[in-house]
Amino acid sequence: MTGREAADAGMGKAAMPDIEIRDCFFSFNGVPVLRDVNLRIFHGDFVAVIGPNGGGKTTLLKLMLGLLKPDKGVVKLLGDDPCRTRQRVGYMPQYSTGEKGFPITVEDVVLLGRLGITGLGCRFSKEDRKAAISSLEMVGMKAHMHKRIGDLSGGQIQRTLLARALVSGPEVLFLDEPMASIDIDGQSLLFDLLGQINRDMTILFVTHDVGLLSRYVKSIICVNERVFVHDEPRMTPEMISNLTGTAETCPVEMVAHGMPHRVLERHRKD
Amino acid sequence: MEIFSLPFIQHAILAGLLASIACGIIGSLVVVNRTVFLAGGIAHAAYGGVGLAFFFALPALPCIMGFSLFTALIMAFITMRRRERMDTFIGVVWAVGMALGIILIDLSPGYNVDLMSFLFGSILTVPGSDIGIMVAVDIVTVAAVCFFYKELLAMSYDMEFSRVRGVPVNMLHFLFLALVALGVVMTIRVVGLILVMALFTIAPYLTERFSRSLAGMMAASCMANIFFVFTGLWLSYRYNLTSGATIILVAAVFLMIFILLERFVPKHS
Repeated sequence: MTGREAADAGMGKAAMPDIEIRDCFFSFNGVPVLRDVNLRIFHGDFVAVIGPNGGGKTTLLKLMLGLLKPDKGVVKLLGDDPCRTRQRVGYMPQYSTGEKGFPITVEDVVLLGRLGITGLGCRFSKEDRKAAISSLEMVGMKAHMHKRIGDLSGGQIQRTLLARALVSGPEVLFLDEPMASIDIDGQSLLFDLLGQINRDMTILFVTHDVGLLSRYVKSIICVNERVFVHDEPRMTPEMISNLTGTAETCPVEMVAHGMPHRVLERHRKD
Repeated sequence: MEIFSLPFIQHAILAGLLASIACGIIGSLVVVNRTVFLAGGIAHAAYGGVGLAFFFALPALPCIMGFSLFTALIMAFITMRRRERMDTFIGVVWAVGMALGIILIDLSPGYNVDLMSFLFGSILTVPGSDIGIMVAVDIVTVAAVCFFYKELLAMSYDMEFSRVRGVPVNMLHFLFLALVALGVVMTIRVVGLILVMALFTIAPYLTERFSRSLAGMMAASCMANIFFVFTGLWLSYRYNLTSGATIILVAAVFLMIFILLERFVPKHS
């Protein structure tokens, strides 16, 4: 059952989508990045946003969070302007190596996810600290909570950032390239964790690696200036050519297949 | 030890202490935000305020303060809007502010100010009234950083995440640059705007990698600054050297030693 079907079955056809984009256009310095985007994502979905580098995946995610404003069109998050509702979501931005030198501990990074719950001028409360610890426990990072962020491996930093995204108890979880700098075993563990989290919240993640589609994924959104939504997690030749324009420019050499749960069709060579 | 009874030495010590504290705190923010160039732009553009003060015969410090806050506002606006080109615009504001200051001083009748004294300051001639302003700036800085600590930390660590969490990032960015401007102004007559940059950058760079928190880094930077300033002051008194420049060279020597140690002593972890 796909996310949309689940939503329809659970809440009826009138259910409000968690994320809705209508007739959206976005350009950067006059260069169109996204054209004519229409999509609806319902509660409980597990969405993979895929596409080539520079195709507009991160832009799409930032539009959903209200970090970027569309030139034209409507973006709604949890039924309202994302700037008003985004405190109710969890966000794990793309990992950058720039944070390695920052003087901050793992625990303090996760606590930053409680901002907005504990307001201006207040110290973080006992409750905040408890939430941070249980969030770290969930991602298996509690043992490292007093370490400096720079002393962690790339994968451990990713898990810390996931804990930070989860610590506010979000309704939707946005992840930008969550699997970057994590090895294959770590990736499958992380997907197991996300699959478990998905029982409580909608998940949307961006990846440039089409081989990274796990059996937990319920829908796929292909982004390459245009956006195509697929309610079933199956890669088809059309999807791949939508992604790439022409087969010749396809950056995806091989599409992995997650047997027995996923059959990804072979990329057709002309 | 009779030198401590001299009022100008007492003023110098107080001024050095107060400048070290403000610069240790603001400098830590400057360094973790990687905005040293931006802070340099605000510091140098402050020279335009000096020119304005002389040309219109206005009281110096309030005039420089107003001008610097104005440049900080412009810088904040530019760096929020066009991040990808911000270094170019900073360079422009930096140069235009200084040029404006020099032209205005050229045009001011009968008064010839020494540019060097504003670049390197003269910590040994600090008037008592400046000490009052420095105390006020220190209090404002400490209070603002304490009140907005976790938001400033969040903004410095991850601006977009902070925005999603509802942190008023634009307001904090301006607050941060306004603090830089205040730090520059309070020290411009005392230690000069070159020394401000040294106090902003060298100590925070040294303490960044040992610190487990931004607050710890700020405290350690204040300590390091105090050490540099007093060692430099003593050396400049002892060997009759320009105090601001001596302080910078003391800091630079420690930076050099630190970099060499880091390179040649194997890391244990």
